[in-house]
Amino acid sequence: MRDPHSERPDDVDPLANAGTGGPELPNSTEVGIDVATEEAESLENADYTHPGDPGTATSATEARSLWGHAWRDLRRNPIFLVSALLIVFLVFVSLWPSVVAGGSPYDCDLAHSREGASGSHPFGFDLQGCDVYNRTVYGARASVSVGVFATLGAALLGTVLGGLAGYFGGWWDGVLSRITEIFFGIPILLGGLVFLSVVPSGSIWPVIGFIVLLGWPQIARIARGSVITAKQNDYVQAARSLGASNSRIMLRHVLPNAVAPIIVVATIALGTYIALEATLSYLGVGLKPPTISWGQDISTAAPQYRNAPHMLLWPAAWLSVTVLAFIMLGDAVRDALDPKLR
Amino acid sequence: MAALLEVRDLQVEFRTRDGIAKAVNGVTYSVDAGETLAVLGESGSGKSVTAQAVMGILDSPPGFVTGGEIVFQGKDLLKMGAEERRKTRGDKMAMIFQDALSSLNPVLSVGYQLGEMFRVHRGASKKDARAKAVELMERVRIPAAKARVDDYPHQFSGGMRQRIMIAMALALDPDLIIADEPTTALDVTVQAQVMDLLAELQRETNMGLILITHDLGVVADVADKIAVMYAGRIVEAASVHDIYRAPAHPYTRGLLDSIPRLDLKGQELYAIKGLPPNLLAIPPGCAFNPRCPRARSVCRTDRPPVYDVTDDAGRPLEPPRGSACHFWKEQLHDRPV
Repeated sequence: MRDPHSERPDDVDPLANAGTGGPELPNSTEVGIDVATEEAESLENADYTHPGDPGTATSATEARSLWGHAWRDLRRNPIFLVSALLIVFLVFVSLWPSVVAGGSPYDCDLAHSREGASGSHPFGFDLQGCDVYNRTVYGARASVSVGVFATLGAALLGTVLGGLAGYFGGWWDGVLSRITEIFFGIPILLGGLVFLSVVPSGSIWPVIGFIVLLGWPQIARIARGSVITAKQNDYVQAARSLGASNSRIMLRHVLPNAVAPIIVVATIALGTYIALEATLSYLGVGLKPPTISWGQDISTAAPQYRNAPHMLLWPAAWLSVTVLAFIMLGDAVRDALDPKLR
Repeated sequence: MAALLEVRDLQVEFRTRDGIAKAVNGVTYSVDAGETLAVLGESGSGKSVTAQAVMGILDSPPGFVTGGEIVFQGKDLLKMGAEERRKTRGDKMAMIFQDALSSLNPVLSVGYQLGEMFRVHRGASKKDARAKAVELMERVRIPAAKARVDDYPHQFSGGMRQRIMIAMALALDPDLIIADEPTTALDVTVQAQVMDLLAELQRETNMGLILITHDLGVVADVADKIAVMYAGRIVEAASVHDIYRAPAHPYTRGLLDSIPRLDLKGQELYAIKGLPPNLLAIPPGCAFNPRCPRARSVCRTDRPPVYDVTDDAGRPLEPPRGSACHFWKEQLHDRPV
């Protein structure tokens, strides 16, 4: 995509005036520059009338470079739009399941056990005679929160530790890299079986904790690599030569330039974390009743898939669509943040 | 009066996997307020490393200052604590880098980056910092500064970006500015404008300027004195006038002869034979001896000290002049080899 900013008449070359004595520009030139600048500004304003921040001029200008360009790319990307709509819907369902559901997921009647779809029960009934549609809708909350919180936790921990390792290098980097390697060596399922069977679990937090524990080294590696790349830029040395402190260099100069790959990997990881929760629940060590999750429903439905395939099909389909939505979002964001693909 | 900056016998080495690279081997130079020192040399001669050591921004590891003194306004910078040194940077001394595009952060607006100086060193508010940024942009003659203060580096032309770099360095009126090849990435007409701007700002503020370059044409116009570096040492130090009239080191002679000249159009351009030495294995004796047309056996065994260049009667010159060549006299009078 061509960048309209590059056509800015920046080259109404102001330099031409430097030779003739600087500030005392001839009037005509000054007017020319002003007109050019106004034109460029109106161009920009037209570009940045996206919903959400109409009045806040500063946030619009600050977002212009990396995020502004990414946002403009994303808005035109059908993959992003589809996945974003799906995710918005999923978040809505997680927050207010009763709006979408047809009744309580705990309202079960054994008489209907394994019955197929019927008028007011489009997804049919499960083994206990509960409505599969209601259970699937209520299951979104656990699955989506595990995905979102595990990703946030892993991304924060990984970025901080990996970022520090990349920035300071030396022994700190060595120690951290060895620790990540140890975590990489832990088999996920075996680790999950051991960890979650010794931790008392009544809520989603032990599962989230376990996923963060196994997930952060991957993010830390990415963060370390991209911080090392970013800190070698001349502008980091320039900032140092102008007296900026380590924390300022890290937060203002290195992090914004290193964060793109981290975000991308995190969005992709989010989908896989939801799938991991389902896997753990399927194995019986993840979420436990009365918490409802897709993983558990898939797990109870699996032995019955020959005589009642709908019990497996619906939660599995929702899980697949959710994971797909997050992976598509990650893909779209990565493409939008990579200037080379523009 | 004591010099603004005095570098004495500075030694810098890089500890690499292949061994120790001695990038700077005893550099001595000084700059006064309002004076311009040009440091000249090929790539890898140690001129930028010396500057980084002075600024205190040497990447360490692998770079280490192993000896010498850097006395700035009467204080040895090498004996200062890290925090005290950081406060000196930007405030008392600043640096201008070669490539303004890569030296400006692409994700921050230029106004933010200019204002950052005031926020870091003066604790200014966001609003004041922005106003100062506009002021600075006007000072380096960026037209429509008010409208462009929120623009990003990639929206400026190369010359404008270099002006912004200069503005950043000038922000807090430092006493010393080190410009590391400030015009290399620019085309010739813009080069001249940027150099003029630097010279003018120097006259206004009476700052000391160290100009690192390999462009002899740039030097002749703006510098007061020149230090020529080769393989981490200063091989000749003299006033601009003296050095252009009669170089006292064969390397300087070679550099001057390599400048394309209109009156010699059509002839083959002179080039110094060979390559600069590998810093992991600097030749014994004079480092320049393998490439030197005047080299004799003594050059291969004895490292020449920096001789004081004197006039024919043996009196020291004013301003003083030095050459690290055993045969500086012959070179000075350009006697045939």
